[in-house]
Amino acid sequence: MAGSSDKVLQVELVAADRLVWSGQATMVIARTTEGDVGILPNHAPLLSSIIEGVVDVQTAEGETWIAAVDAGFLSVADNRVSILAERAEMSHEIDLEKAREELERCKAAGENDDEAQEKLRRAEARIRAVERAS
Amino acid sequence: MALSVREYRARIKSTESMKKITRAMELIAASRIIKAQQRAQAAAPYARELTRAVSAVATFSNVDHALTLEPEDPKKAAILIVTSDRGLAGAYSSSVLKEAERLIEKLKGEGKEVDLYVSGRKGEAYFKFRQRSIMQAWTGFSDQPTYDVAAEIGAALIAAFLADAEDSESDVAAVDEVHVVYTRFRSMLSQEPTAVRLLPLEVVEGTEAPDKADLLPLYEFEPSPSEVLDSLLPRYVQSRIFFALLQAAASELAARQKAMKSATDNADELIKKYKRIANQARQAGITQEISEIVGGVNALADAQAGSE
Repeated sequence: MAGSSDKVLQVELVAADRLVWSGQATMVIARTTEGDVGILPNHAPLLSSIIEGVVDVQTAEGETWIAAVDAGFLSVADNRVSILAERAEMSHEIDLEKAREELERCKAAGENDDEAQEKLRRAEARIRAVERAS
Repeated sequence: MALSVREYRARIKSTESMKKITRAMELIAASRIIKAQQRAQAAAPYARELTRAVSAVATFSNVDHALTLEPEDPKKAAILIVTSDRGLAGAYSSSVLKEAERLIEKLKGEGKEVDLYVSGRKGEAYFKFRQRSIMQAWTGFSDQPTYDVAAEIGAALIAAFLADAEDSESDVAAVDEVHVVYTRFRSMLSQEPTAVRLLPLEVVEGTEAPDKADLLPLYEFEPSPSEVLDSLLPRYVQSRIFFALLQAAASELAARQKAMKSATDNADELIKKYKRIANQARQAGITQEISEIVGGVNALADAQAGSE
C-alpha cells in the first residue's frame, strides 16, 4: 500500500461494531489527549490515544468529512491512518435534535462524576461535528 | 373404531400446527444468522486494528502492564460462560455448559477456586437450579449483543482481575485469571464450544501469522507507551469479549435453525405415520360396517327362511 500512495493517506475510521468510513485523504485532524494533531502524508508512525471529539478528514477529492468519535486510538503508519473508537458517527448520520436534547439532559442532570462528564463531552462533540459540517 | 379415527385426526391437526411453529422459527433463525454473521464481520476491522496496535506497543516497549502480568500463585479463577437466553436451540446451551463444567473441574484440580460470571438466561437458570452461586449475570441480549454489553462485562471482569485479594474492603471478588467459555461459529453446520483464557493477556498477533510485508514500524507513542497501553488493553479485552458474544450469537441461531429443521422434519414424519394409522382405522371401520350389514342381512334372511 505504501508504494502506491505516496501523496495520500489511506484512512479508516472504525467503530467497535462497524467500519464507519474508509477512503483516501490528504489530511486528518483529530484530538489526542495532548491536543489536536494534524496528520499529513508521510507522517512518522504514531500511536496515540484520542479523546471524545471531532475528527476532520480532508479527502483526496477535496471534500471534508467530519465525524464525532468517542475516546479511542489513532494509529499512523505507512500513510495508513486508523482511527479506532468504541462509537463513531459521521456528521450526516447524527440527529442534531437528539444530540441537543442529550446535551440539555446532561447539563440538567448536573452530575459531576467521570461518567457524566464523558457523556457531556460526547454530546458536545456530536453537536460540534454537525455544526462544523453544515 | 370411529372414535379412534377422530382421535388420530386431532393428533394430526395438533402436530400440523406445531410444525407450523417450528417451521416459522427455523425461517426466523435462518434469516437472523445472516445478520449475525454480518455483524461479526463488521466488528472484524476494529478487532484487527486493535490487535495490531496492541502488538505494536507490546513489541516496541517493554512495559509491563497489570493486565499482562502472570500472578505467581493463581488461587482463584473467574469463568465467563456465554449461553443463550432462550431454549429450543438443540444442545446449544447444554454443550457450552458441559464445556464450562469441564473447565471448572480442571481448574479445581489445579487447586483454584472458581467464580462464575454468566451471560444468558439459560446459564443463569442452570446454576441457580443447582444452587451454585453466580457472581454476576447478564441477560437479555444473547442473539443480538451490542458493544455496550461487552464493555460492561469487560469492565466487571477487569475490575475483578485488578482487585487486590488482600483488600477485604472492596466489594469486588478478586481473581487471578479469567477464562471465557463460548461457542465458536465454524460453519452453519458445526459450532464448537471453546474455552479460552482471557486474562492475564497473552498478546498474540491475531489468528494468522503476520507476513513479511506487514512488519511493524517504529511508532511514536503519545502521551507515553505505558499510558497508551493503559487505555489500549482494557479495550482489547472488551473487543475479545464482544467477539465471543458475536460468535455465540451466530452459533445460537445456527443451532436453533438446525434444531427447528429437525423438529419440522420429525413433525412431517409423525403426520405421515398418523395419517396412515388413521386411514387404516377408517378402512377397518368401513369393513366392519359392511360385514355387519352383510351379517345382519344374512341373519334376517335366515330368520325369514326359518319362519316360512
